[in-house]
Amino acid sequence: MAYPNDRKYTKEHEWVMANGNSASIGITQYAQDSLGDIVFVDLPKVGSDLAVGKTFGSVESVKAVSDLFAPASGSVTEVNEELATAPEKVNQDAHASWMLKIALSNPSELDSLLSAADYEKFVAEEAGK
Amino acid sequence: MSVVDSPPSVRKTALNAVHRQMGAKMVAFNGWDMPVEYPKTGGLVAEHMAVRTGVGIFDVSHMGDIRLAGPRALDAVQHVSMNDASRLAIGQAQYSALLYPQGTFVDDVIVHCLGENDYLLVINAGTREKDFAWVRDNTRQFDCRVTDLSDEYTQIAIQGPRAHLLLAKLTDANLSAVKGYWFTHGTVCGLPNVLIGRTGYTGEDGFEIYIPSDGPTSARVWNEILDAGKEYGIVACGLGARNTLRLEAKMPLYGHEISDTINVWEAGLDRYCKLEKPDFMGREALLQAKLFGPSKVLAGLEMTGRGIARDGYKVLDMEGAEIGYVTSGSPAPFLKKNIALVYIPPAFAPLGTPVQVEVRGQGVAAQIVATPFYKKPKLLV
Repeated sequence: MAYPNDRKYTKEHEWVMANGNSASIGITQYAQDSLGDIVFVDLPKVGSDLAVGKTFGSVESVKAVSDLFAPASGSVTEVNEELATAPEKVNQDAHASWMLKIALSNPSELDSLLSAADYEKFVAEEAGK
Repeated sequence: MSVVDSPPSVRKTALNAVHRQMGAKMVAFNGWDMPVEYPKTGGLVAEHMAVRTGVGIFDVSHMGDIRLAGPRALDAVQHVSMNDASRLAIGQAQYSALLYPQGTFVDDVIVHCLGENDYLLVINAGTREKDFAWVRDNTRQFDCRVTDLSDEYTQIAIQGPRAHLLLAKLTDANLSAVKGYWFTHGTVCGLPNVLIGRTGYTGEDGFEIYIPSDGPTSARVWNEILDAGKEYGIVACGLGARNTLRLEAKMPLYGHEISDTINVWEAGLDRYCKLEKPDFMGREALLQAKLFGPSKVLAGLEMTGRGIARDGYKVLDMEGAEIGYVTSGSPAPFLKKNIALVYIPPAFAPLGTPVQVEVRGQGVAAQIVATPFYKKPKLLV
């Protein structure tokens, strides 16, 4: 499957789409497929800080809890409230379901993340394990 | 999702290749390579709902089977099992448990009366070897043969309100004559003398069949059942749905609600423990324990705040003090609630008692509710 080029990806299967100094964050198609039906999304409040690489919330399927890892540092400016009542939207379209938006404190962090092509390769290797 | 072979130390049932070929997501469970769900047909939630509304099938061949046969087989069973096997007619089964002298659990078990002084114990996958050794070593004083038949059978569970309609298409046995917790033998998919039990681990009507464990036979029967079940919306079900189904029905899982550190009274399994039987392993300790009453009891809980209680999470009182723990917790796909079984002090057990569950460091509101969480509706057809 093709991963959109308009964003960067992490090895923890999150995507981050920058728009100037703001970025939106979600999980990838591969992540939602691995999780199965998502029943719960646990996100921080507006104003909280994200530190790159640290957990900032979680996504739960019936069977399991999966931590969310910050792809970049910043402070939360918006949270997708829809996911509190309709977490299945993430399964329906993971790449369209932003979870939160942050004001990036260090935009250069995005440079070291994976491109769509690199992420696709990474996923192919993961699937083969 | 992977199509790579699992490492050789993990055991496989005869249907392992079939599950993989169906694209099942596999997991290592108590040393077995088992399907957790089948994404191609909808996955866990779809499987759970199929069992509650139609029919689903499970490969449960990882479970174990111990046969006790001989002049004193009944005495042997009575000695190791807490329920009263003398009440079983031929063709009848009962839920029971094997207990340590302390009155705690070796395992839970379904005892089937195959014939006079001839019993079949169906036991958990994770405790196969332990249970067999336990039964063999603690029945030496009785004239009876104890045989491990675990590898002889592929065991398939057919569960749901339509299970009897489906199985009726594949067998000559008169299923309407077989009540819950009874069994019969009949030809199934052309195989003669197959044990067909009206038993299961889902809280629905259903059957468990025991067929020869060779690969081709097992695969043929599995596929014939799937085929015959199409009109009833059948799906193959994995361990994920098996767990959510049994949890809604408040059925214990060894290592969670019952274990070698939990006794019969704490687990609330009094009705399966016949103290009037003069002798069985664990009886003395249980009589003693009964005098003092349990310090913790198994209760049902429902989340009222936003969060999911999971295995091992702490239960807190409303002030935030730790009072117990979750033995099994999960979203309940049919009930559409987040439920859990918990061990708490008896004082907190009355229905409606507000408590909290610690989820990622925060207390989330919950309350004690009646169990089973789910009870199947009366069968009308």
